[in-house]
Amino acid sequence: MPSSKSEVLQGTLDLLVLKTIDSMGPMHGFGIAMRIQQVSEDLLRLNQGTLYPALLRLEQRGWIVSKWGISENNRKAKYYSLTRAGRKQLVEEAESWGRMSAMINRVLRTS
Amino acid sequence: MRELFRTFTHRLAALFLRRRLEDDLDKELRSHLEMAVELNLRKGMTPEDARGEARRSFGGVEQTKENYRDQRGLPMIETTLQDLRFGFRMLRRSPGFSALAILCLTLGIGANAAVFSWVEGILFRPYPAVTHQEQLFALTGTARGESEPTAISWPDLLDLQRSCKQIDSFIVNKIMGTTLSVGDRAEVTVGSIVSANYFTAIGVHPILGRGFEPGEDSGRNAHPVTVISYQLWQGRFKSDPRIIGKTQRLNNVLHTIVGVAPEGFYGTFVGWAMQFWVPASMEENFEGGGYKLEDRGARWIEAYVRLKPGVTLKQAQLEISALAKRLETDFPATNRGRGVKLWPLWQTPFNNAGTLLPTLEIMLAVVVFVLLIACANVGNLLLVRSFARRHEMTVRLAIGAGRSRLLKQLLTEGLILSALGAAGGLLVAHWCRHALVLLFPARGGVAMHLPGEIDWRVLALSTGVCLMATLLLWLVPAIQTGKIDLAGALKADSAGVVGGGGRAWVRSGLVVMQVSLSFVLLVGAGLLMQSLQRVRATSPGFSTRGVLVTAVNLVAAGYDAPRAQSFQDELIERVKALPGVESAAFGRMTPLSYGSFSSTAIAVDGYQPPPEEQSTVQYNEVGPGYFATIGIPLVSGREFTRADDEKAALVAVVNETMVVQYWRGRNPIGERVQVKGRWMQVVGVAKDSKYESVREIPKPFFYVPLRQNFSRGAGLHIRTPLNPETMATALAREVHALDGNLALYEVISLQEQLDRSTSPQMVAVTLVGVLGGLALLLAAIGLYGVMSYAVSQSTRELGLRMALGADATNLLRLVFSRGLALTAGGVALGAAVALGMTRLLGNLLYKVSPRDPLAFGSALAVMIIASLAACFLPAWRATRTDPARALRD
Repeated sequence: MPSSKSEVLQGTLDLLVLKTIDSMGPMHGFGIAMRIQQVSEDLLRLNQGTLYPALLRLEQRGWIVSKWGISENNRKAKYYSLTRAGRKQLVEEAESWGRMSAMINRVLRTS
Repeated sequence: MRELFRTFTHRLAALFLRRRLEDDLDKELRSHLEMAVELNLRKGMTPEDARGEARRSFGGVEQTKENYRDQRGLPMIETTLQDLRFGFRMLRRSPGFSALAILCLTLGIGANAAVFSWVEGILFRPYPAVTHQEQLFALTGTARGESEPTAISWPDLLDLQRSCKQIDSFIVNKIMGTTLSVGDRAEVTVGSIVSANYFTAIGVHPILGRGFEPGEDSGRNAHPVTVISYQLWQGRFKSDPRIIGKTQRLNNVLHTIVGVAPEGFYGTFVGWAMQFWVPASMEENFEGGGYKLEDRGARWIEAYVRLKPGVTLKQAQLEISALAKRLETDFPATNRGRGVKLWPLWQTPFNNAGTLLPTLEIMLAVVVFVLLIACANVGNLLLVRSFARRHEMTVRLAIGAGRSRLLKQLLTEGLILSALGAAGGLLVAHWCRHALVLLFPARGGVAMHLPGEIDWRVLALSTGVCLMATLLLWLVPAIQTGKIDLAGALKADSAGVVGGGGRAWVRSGLVVMQVSLSFVLLVGAGLLMQSLQRVRATSPGFSTRGVLVTAVNLVAAGYDAPRAQSFQDELIERVKALPGVESAAFGRMTPLSYGSFSSTAIAVDGYQPPPEEQSTVQYNEVGPGYFATIGIPLVSGREFTRADDEKAALVAVVNETMVVQYWRGRNPIGERVQVKGRWMQVVGVAKDSKYESVREIPKPFFYVPLRQNFSRGAGLHIRTPLNPETMATALAREVHALDGNLALYEVISLQEQLDRSTSPQMVAVTLVGVLGGLALLLAAIGLYGVMSYAVSQSTRELGLRMALGADATNLLRLVFSRGLALTAGGVALGAAVALGMTRLLGNLLYKVSPRDPLAFGSALAVMIIASLAACFLPAWRATRTDPARALRD
């Protein structure tokens, strides 16, 4: 396994999941995992299992909802979609992430 | 915040949907893996590789599930539920152990809850129907130089009420009895003389009619109205809905029934349930002794006050003391040396709260002891089981359970036991809440009323006790678990020796504690029992055997004084003529009865009272032949005869203490004493006797002839060897022959009267005795348990000893000596504790030192006998050890 792969930062997984569902529409767990790996161009090392407790956490907070459905290859799968609260949360978290990374960049540049 | 709440409800809901959610999770993860496999297959992997890759990139499936579950439910609650289920399973598996443990705890917690309910219902919250009873305080007078509180006079009370700023209302409440006839049934009932504000001030609203109206408590006999109790209305009046406005004869005066009190209201007197209330204006008719509402010297009132909100007892007492001082200066003749005192309800001196207070205080300590002993027993049982479960615990530790998880499991088991014990205990308390009254004899045919109260405070306290018990129970196995040594525990148990070393010390320690606690209780019971014996053995100064007392209520039957006098004369003659009667005499009061003697300020020729001293002395009005009948010897002079009547010179008989105090021991015969403005000549000196209580110290007292100070409410004393029942029949016949409408009070011996007067001591002895016996039994069970366990664990040692030539006697001695060693330790500890604690029995003890050697000695004897009995079975079993087998095993 290439050592340049980075671990998913604690807390950023939520943001990634929310963003993925937001851009892909209702999606099942496997799809979300694939999509995150694809977009991160395999640079992110994600234990797919860790996704599920995260999905549950988001659902408990009311940011996503789940529903059983049929996948593209005719398999029963649980589909997750964003709620209004979830969309709002995504905007807020994306903003705060932006501020945070901008600040870290600035610190790194100046010192 | 909203998210937190949402998360919580989500998690909570998950607790109940566990099976379905588990199923969901399973399906979801399976579908994930299958999709991954499919994708890999499409990428061209072999089926095995495809599956392997899918699993690898997923991470551990079980671990994911575990994480998911933690996120899904409430892990704390889930493990607790798990522990509960497991705990119940453990209890079911050993039903004998569980039953014994729960029984011990039921007794321990039940005894506590029952006593709490008594304390609550009798001392702290005696009047549940009264609004804000926490603002209610008792009010009495005080007199300089007297330890006992006194009653209050009506004019004093009115003056206090007028001036006192911090007291919302003064409530007069004087208990009295009367014969109540409804239809053809007559019986003795108790009622109260109250101020007109009574029902308003205590916030009790009659369910029919009204309470008393302002002004109904003034004017001599001006307002013959009454409010009757709910029970009376239901029972005697058959719930008559049109009762208001009807009349009822009370002490021969027709009273209009103006109201019916609500259900559950029994008046405001601890010990008796009031059946009716009359306003103070009618007091003369019930109290006798003249019209007292305008007499500042006539002290007859027992009262309560309601403090204004926010006023403390101390502030109110300050103000009321200042007002009493002013009354002293304004009315020196009647009020010199007089004060006024407020009491919390639980110290109310004029009802049974005051008399039961010391007993209940002792009971609180006693039940804590019983609880500790019960806990020690259960702790011991748990300990035995924890040895048996050591293997289970070790395995659980070995496969990775945390010690804290194990401790939590043990705590849950303790909690189950004590919760079941508490449930049983509350049931016991519920049954026993009114049991206190069973220990008191009914007086004059009226049963006492001493209800316990199980309210939220009692429940909360019992829960606290239950939690405390849980912690105590938990400690033992917890310490034990802390000491489990994995490597050691997997090795075989080495054989023990009887009562020897190692882990046994915890159990032995518990037994020593049990023995010491029950020893303390035994000493206490012994002391109280001796005290009661001393009280009973104390000569009251009159004959208790062969004298019967009773009374005829002439007031209630409407007799006026002349008619009552001729009735009394005729009855005495008839009674004297009865076979078996040696003599008979009337007296206003029978000694040691419930009621108060007349008292008066006196003046004596040649006696100068020290300033500030109020020479108030009690006296009794007695008929001819009284002293001979009741058996009070005369030291000198003569007793009253029929010649001492209205027309003769006024005379009096004084007692020895009075001679010492007022005549400095000189012979007073022929001297004069002034009573209520009348001079009387002393004609005799009687020996001191007991008047109101067996435990009173000798006090000045005198007697006057009944004829010269007539009272209609007279007690009849009869000297006869006949028993009360035989006498009652004969007496009733004589009374009926004179007047068919008269009812006779119960006929009892003076001994019975004496016994009734000592009933508080009797109650204390009974309660401490019963609980002491219970404690002894529990301790004996504990000792038995320890010894039989020790014997069963040391068969090898016993076998070895037998093989080396020890015979049955040696083995018996071995086991007994180990058992007695534990007892000795417990007794030594208990004796030390008892020496420190028995003085708390203080005023329940009469002529008995708290360190009485007899009480300690007999407690020791009982303890030794009990422990020998407890050791007997284990010792016998020890002698039955088969040495060959014991050594082979």
